[in-house]
Amino acid sequence: MKEVILLKSGEIALKGLNRSSFEDKMISNCRRALGDLGKFSFTKAQSTTYVSWQGDIEVDKAVERLSRVFGIAALCKACVVPKDYSAIEEAAAAYLADELQAARTFKVLAKRADKKFPMNSPQICIELGGFLLERFPHLKVDVENPEVLVTVEVRDFAAYIHGRQLPGAGGIPVGSSGRGMLLLSGGIDSPVAGVMMAKRGLELSAAHFFSPPYTSERALHKVKQLSRKMTPYCGEIRLHVVPFTEISEAIRESCPQEYATIIMRRYMMQIAELLAHRTGCAALITGESVGQVASQTMASLQCTGARLTLPVMRPVIGMDKEEIIRIARRVDTFELSVQPYDDCCTVFTPKRPKINPELGAVERAEEKLDRETLIQSALDGTQLESVRSDTVF
Amino acid sequence: MREVYLDNCATTRTDPDIAAAALEAMITDYGNPSSLHRKGLEAQLLLERAREQIATVLSCQPEEVYFTRGGTEANNLAILGAYSAHRRRATHLVAGQGEHASVLGPLKHLGEQGAEVALTPLLAEGHPDPQEMSAAVGEGTLLISCALVNSEVGGLAPIGEFARTAKAKSGRVLIHCDAVQAFGKIPISVDKLGVDMLSLSGHKLHAPKGIGALYIRKGVRIHPLMHGGQQQRGLCPGTESVPLAVAFGAAIEKITCDINRNFENYQRLRKFFLKKIENFPGLCINLASETTPYICSTSLPGYKSETLVHFLAERGMYVSGGSACAKGKDSHVLTAMGLPRERIQSALRVSFCKDTTEQDIDLFFQTLAQAAACIARSRA
Repeated sequence: MKEVILLKSGEIALKGLNRSSFEDKMISNCRRALGDLGKFSFTKAQSTTYVSWQGDIEVDKAVERLSRVFGIAALCKACVVPKDYSAIEEAAAAYLADELQAARTFKVLAKRADKKFPMNSPQICIELGGFLLERFPHLKVDVENPEVLVTVEVRDFAAYIHGRQLPGAGGIPVGSSGRGMLLLSGGIDSPVAGVMMAKRGLELSAAHFFSPPYTSERALHKVKQLSRKMTPYCGEIRLHVVPFTEISEAIRESCPQEYATIIMRRYMMQIAELLAHRTGCAALITGESVGQVASQTMASLQCTGARLTLPVMRPVIGMDKEEIIRIARRVDTFELSVQPYDDCCTVFTPKRPKINPELGAVERAEEKLDRETLIQSALDGTQLESVRSDTVF
Repeated sequence: MREVYLDNCATTRTDPDIAAAALEAMITDYGNPSSLHRKGLEAQLLLERAREQIATVLSCQPEEVYFTRGGTEANNLAILGAYSAHRRRATHLVAGQGEHASVLGPLKHLGEQGAEVALTPLLAEGHPDPQEMSAAVGEGTLLISCALVNSEVGGLAPIGEFARTAKAKSGRVLIHCDAVQAFGKIPISVDKLGVDMLSLSGHKLHAPKGIGALYIRKGVRIHPLMHGGQQQRGLCPGTESVPLAVAFGAAIEKITCDINRNFENYQRLRKFFLKKIENFPGLCINLASETTPYICSTSLPGYKSETLVHFLAERGMYVSGGSACAKGKDSHVLTAMGLPRERIQSALRVSFCKDTTEQDIDLFFQTLAQAAACIARSRA
């Protein structure tokens, strides 16, 4: 029995004249996600994309990978049958046998796009419903809340039969909104922020601030692993590893301790912005959430973002930690994030940080630093690494 | 005297390249993978690489692979660990009568602790009867354990079917598969099989002894057997053997590249073997199925297995009477398959590896013919 995967686009379907460029982007992302699983071809028809392949592939694996591609609202496996009612009947019973056997209630939904098909949709529903009831006598029809929704779509070239539909990742395709620079620390929040912006179509570059010997190579390795965990959703990530030891030490030497974290974050933002300009990113992305820590109070956020020209996107700004963790678990970055290595944000943490810093005072506090030189030397030492799903560290 | 080793289901010769990789890890990358310093990180990277190599072959996530000290530990961890974690919910365990000792052993142990253990009969095809298996599973079933390939006769069990029917009856039943005799010989995908846990061993595929792995599907909760360290998420505590893991990873990568070619070779050897049997009076094959051509279980009624094994060994020819772990007792697998006693007591298991040749098999038959001529027939 020939099988295909149907991808239902959600928001993309509303995109008017630009729709096909969004769809093409989504298809190329799907192709990349499926990668080594086989040779696939994609056909677009209305709001559905049909994925077919040659030979024997791991269909469930393909579905799983596609369920992480943004731009797909729902997806399912379907079997393809000739447009002949008796073929549809037999195929539905055979293809969905396991699902129907395990269920108690079902409903048939028919969509007849090809109006030349001799039966109309209600007729298909009645006939096929009756047939399945005979074939699976334990089943009952439930039109309100069926356990299995047997769907028959009669289209131009064939009929498609499928059962349960899986939710897709939603959003719009990565790459349809330009590129953003994610400040990636290695904690729980920043990977979530990155994935959330990828959901709105951003390709990701990332900046990680590396402070050996205060932070270990393991912390850096963890960040690389985190980036790789994000790639099923975000595609390739261009990771910039910025040496930050010199700046951390200079801040510790010549700035009041209570301002250390805020000044450090200002430097990180500035360096990230310069990297963003260099690499064609139109925004910065951070995992900040109001009030989570001293450097993320309203006053602190105002200070860290003060000198920037690019917009700063903070998708988790209004979320509780629990909500962020829920997403981190779903994206599967949580377990890596909580590995206990010092990260760039915890080096030289002051005992009593300023909770309500004032911009003027912060600027005075960092006066003694030779900003230009420090930043230039960090940029000079920055290393770029491209992280893909198959990258081996 | 030329050595002919046809007991590759017991163990295999370690591949020199694989041994070299292990040696390199011992003398160069000798760090403790849990150490904070660079030497530790380097060792950890090697360990992770090995985990990825295994995960790639199984089509699973690297964090679903746990290194063990072999197949026996993997089977014990799966069964005892699952029982310990879920015994308040369910205590019913199901397995086939022909499972390996490292599955039957922990089951027997749990039986003594109060678990209900059901062992289902084997078919003549050398695997559990699907109908009996399905009938044994109920709401209170905790775990089904079944070997993918039977270690003595090579019966290939329809695990996918077992898993599907069992899960349809009870959504929470766990499926454990002992894939020690299949891994590296036939393609395995944990999703296609629908299993929750899968045991592997390194020394059946030219890695050294002392390394195995257990695949545990993400979300499946089991308890550790040992306590005292956070390695491998606390499930297999203790410093990981990086050299052996490296060897395991390298071995599976190497053998998977040639899996189709090797399989064709096994099929050719099997055909050759069966043709030879035709011309050997009295010798019979115990499982005619072609699905696992690398295991040939035969019997020469009238002769005792042990005597034959010794006679052949004296002439540099190594085969086994049954599973090496059964230590010479009557085979429980052949008994469960319902073979007559004289067939059971005269059984010889011949098992191939990627390097086995037709000349090896030829020599085996020549030597066996000598045995038949020289050894006095037993009065069984």
